[in-house]
Amino acid sequence: MFRVPGRKLETRDPKPETDIRSPLEHTHPSRDSGNHPKIATLDLPELYQCVHCGLCLDQCPTYRATRLEPESPRGRIHLVKAAADGRIELNDRFKEHIYLCLLCRACESACPSGVQYGRIAEAAREQLGPPGSAFGRALLSFVFTQLLPYRRRLRLVFALLRLYQKSALQRVMRWLLPQNLREMDALLPAIPARFFTPSANSLSPVGACRAKVAMLDGCVMPLLFGAVNAATLHVLQRNGCEVIFPKNQTCCGALNLHNGETVAAKQMARRNIDAFLDIDADAVIVNSAGCGAAMKEYGYLLRDDPAYRDKAEQFSARVKDAGEFLADLGLLGKLGPVEMTVTYQDPCHLAHGQRIRDQPRQLLHAIPGLKLVEMDGADRCCGSAGIYNLTHSAMSQQLLDEKMSAIDATHAGAVVAPNPGCMLQLRSGARRSGAELEVYHLMDLLERAYRAAE
Amino acid sequence: MSPEKLIRALRAIVGERYLLVEPEDVIVYEQDGSIFQVMPEIVVLPGDVEQVVAVIKAAKEANVAIVPRGSGTGLAGGAVPAEGGIVLSMARLDRILKIDLDNQIAIVEPGVINIDITKAVAKDGFFYAPDPSSQAACSIGGNVANNSGGPHTLAYGVTTNHVLGVEVVLDDGAVVWLGGETPDSPGYDLCGVFVGSEGTLGIVTKVVVRLMRARESVRTLLAIFDRMDCATQTVVDITAAGIIPAALEMMDRTTIEAIERGAPAGFPRDAEAVLLVEVEGLNQHTERSIELAGEICRRNSAREVKLAKDEAERERLWKGRKGAFGAMGALAPNYYVQDGVVPRSQLPEMMRRIAAISKEFNLRIANVFHAGDGNLHPNILFDMRTPGELDRVIEAGAATLRACVELGGSITGEHGIGLEKKAYIGLLFNEADLAAMARVRRVLDPDGRFNPAKLFPTPVSCGEIRLQPATIPAGLWI
Repeated sequence: MFRVPGRKLETRDPKPETDIRSPLEHTHPSRDSGNHPKIATLDLPELYQCVHCGLCLDQCPTYRATRLEPESPRGRIHLVKAAADGRIELNDRFKEHIYLCLLCRACESACPSGVQYGRIAEAAREQLGPPGSAFGRALLSFVFTQLLPYRRRLRLVFALLRLYQKSALQRVMRWLLPQNLREMDALLPAIPARFFTPSANSLSPVGACRAKVAMLDGCVMPLLFGAVNAATLHVLQRNGCEVIFPKNQTCCGALNLHNGETVAAKQMARRNIDAFLDIDADAVIVNSAGCGAAMKEYGYLLRDDPAYRDKAEQFSARVKDAGEFLADLGLLGKLGPVEMTVTYQDPCHLAHGQRIRDQPRQLLHAIPGLKLVEMDGADRCCGSAGIYNLTHSAMSQQLLDEKMSAIDATHAGAVVAPNPGCMLQLRSGARRSGAELEVYHLMDLLERAYRAAE
Repeated sequence: MSPEKLIRALRAIVGERYLLVEPEDVIVYEQDGSIFQVMPEIVVLPGDVEQVVAVIKAAKEANVAIVPRGSGTGLAGGAVPAEGGIVLSMARLDRILKIDLDNQIAIVEPGVINIDITKAVAKDGFFYAPDPSSQAACSIGGNVANNSGGPHTLAYGVTTNHVLGVEVVLDDGAVVWLGGETPDSPGYDLCGVFVGSEGTLGIVTKVVVRLMRARESVRTLLAIFDRMDCATQTVVDITAAGIIPAALEMMDRTTIEAIERGAPAGFPRDAEAVLLVEVEGLNQHTERSIELAGEICRRNSAREVKLAKDEAERERLWKGRKGAFGAMGALAPNYYVQDGVVPRSQLPEMMRRIAAISKEFNLRIANVFHAGDGNLHPNILFDMRTPGELDRVIEAGAATLRACVELGGSITGEHGIGLEKKAYIGLLFNEADLAAMARVRRVLDPDGRFNPAKLFPTPVSCGEIRLQPATIPAGLWI
């Protein structure tokens, strides 16, 4: 005879009439069950659009890397909802989960319900403030509020950095700096000898005028990628665009928003809206995916600002990524051959943030001699994510390693990524792995093709 | 073993990072794809079979419940720790260990994502057939636990038809192989017993799956109807004509609205119903079959019959269909999905009844279902925040299940019993049937610690094994 240890499993004939309530006995607890204060600003409508299906999980770079659900979009949404309901505290642990997110928004592309996760994450970060140690937070706040909004100060800082790189100081510092700062120093790209400054505020098109556009100069673009800005300008001119650089424009504020700083971000948005709406342009052209996504969302950012709400919507509707704009306009003029095999990295804020995937590829296909080979997971984040590679270097490097092997498998000699953050990250990946890999912006290659035909 | 000691032991097994006890970590594991929530006290993520064994031994010593979890996409609350305890996430066991194309099998760990098997072998012309709508996220372990189906169940069968063997860890930590790499292992079909056991018998650590050869051609058709009756009659007629589609799916107006609002796939928002018909096989066969199916649709007054012109269009249609459940969030904060089955011939009547129930209880119901095998998924849309609405939802759900049974069908197709349907399992099995199942359970899980309070109508009472580490605020328990 068997003796069954422990509890006995009983079975009985259930009576559906009386048991009918039991299937839902474990549904959500009442919203009053929390013992922490509720947070009304986190109780966003987007939270109630998530039905917990989980289709976002395997698209999330940090979930793929850790396999931990608190590091997944669904998990973070659940955490924010729990915090809004006062079920958990906004403590350091919570903050770690919210900030390990790259804000790549791949989950938004995967979500069948159209949950705008970015809004949830940005709201949570606004509540939490910038990431990092007390010193790190102070430094970030300084950068967000005292540097980024001021173009002259930013130029000065980069000019000093250039001096530092040119002098023997950097080489000395490499020996002196502690490990973590040395890594940061290594991430600092070589600052070009010349910054980009348009020769006039308004530049006329080559040939007949097809469109009048206003272009975002950007914060670091003219300092680190002046050549890309110049290429964008020339390609636009060659395509019959009158290009205007509004004088009062400033940084788009995306970095602020992504790191929990919204006061200065809103001021920057208002300033850009005034600067750009002043010019009655057909489009506002942006060649940086992160800035484009942020500027297309000014309408949402300023939704509670009665003076700017409508203007912001109007402005956002005009914002176009340079590749998007040119592909939709149709290229003019003769493109010469650029003999090269490239692969294309979808910048997250282009593919997921702006849903632009086809147009850049169409433009690459238009270049004679250029061969495009797709890599595995082209729309997966490279780990750059704004300043993420500085705040979360271990995760960033892990994702970069994965990205470099995907690129390597294509045997392409170059990778195209129309976003400064991705370009810096991929260049640092190539340097580190010793790969012979060129990193281009889409506009670099278009300009090169036009030159080849001259 | 005290709770603190258990936590220390588990931490020593899997390491700091993969042992979660803080509320800001474990709360994420209180829910799966369903609407049930219970917080676990501990979440542990082993990285290999040895760690699984050690965790199970520690849990046995501490006499604590273990609830296995894959990707947490289940719709019946199967991965919700109904009585607290340890959630054993298998997510890190995510390696494809072996692919043997000559013998058309693969050996995978349970955390491997369903679609990744197909991705790994697609270039060689093979695929893994069971394709739940959540296949881009759900794990093979979860599929085995729930004996998952999918749109292509009609042609290929469910998970059990594609699993040749499993390696499992039993409650005492013994690692055994049930079935193997070849079909028809002698002796008891214990592998078959494990498939669909919803984590109540042991922990699956390896799965031998069957790989199928990709068909020469696939044709997919979208038929658009202005009347639900015409669409359901078409389903009856297609099968009556001797066409066996690989998949035959239906979606109603409300479902289409959800998909088009959430992540548009190009379904017409003004249609009452659409049918997605897919045929596979040799070129000539598929051409003729899809042509015939199209004719039948038109005969039943389809407004439009569209053939997917390329693979991209076909993928778009399927992406829309497979996102249907997730898309419900575009219409309402909560949905309660039913999983009823009716004989195909009763589909027209069943749809009329669901429409009547929707009216009676004043609740929107979105219908999306595997029409070919009569497996219905009425999604009752609601808002948990509206007082009293949940009660109406439960009554409406019960009414649809009663209608299924009255029309000669069953109360569940493929989502598993979990927490959600355990009260209804008595409608399908009598006392003796259930007693036989309970005996099997008792042999393999004598303490009733593996996923307790699931499957069987009476919850196992095990309040005494619940751990309450001090880190978890008492108010969080429900």
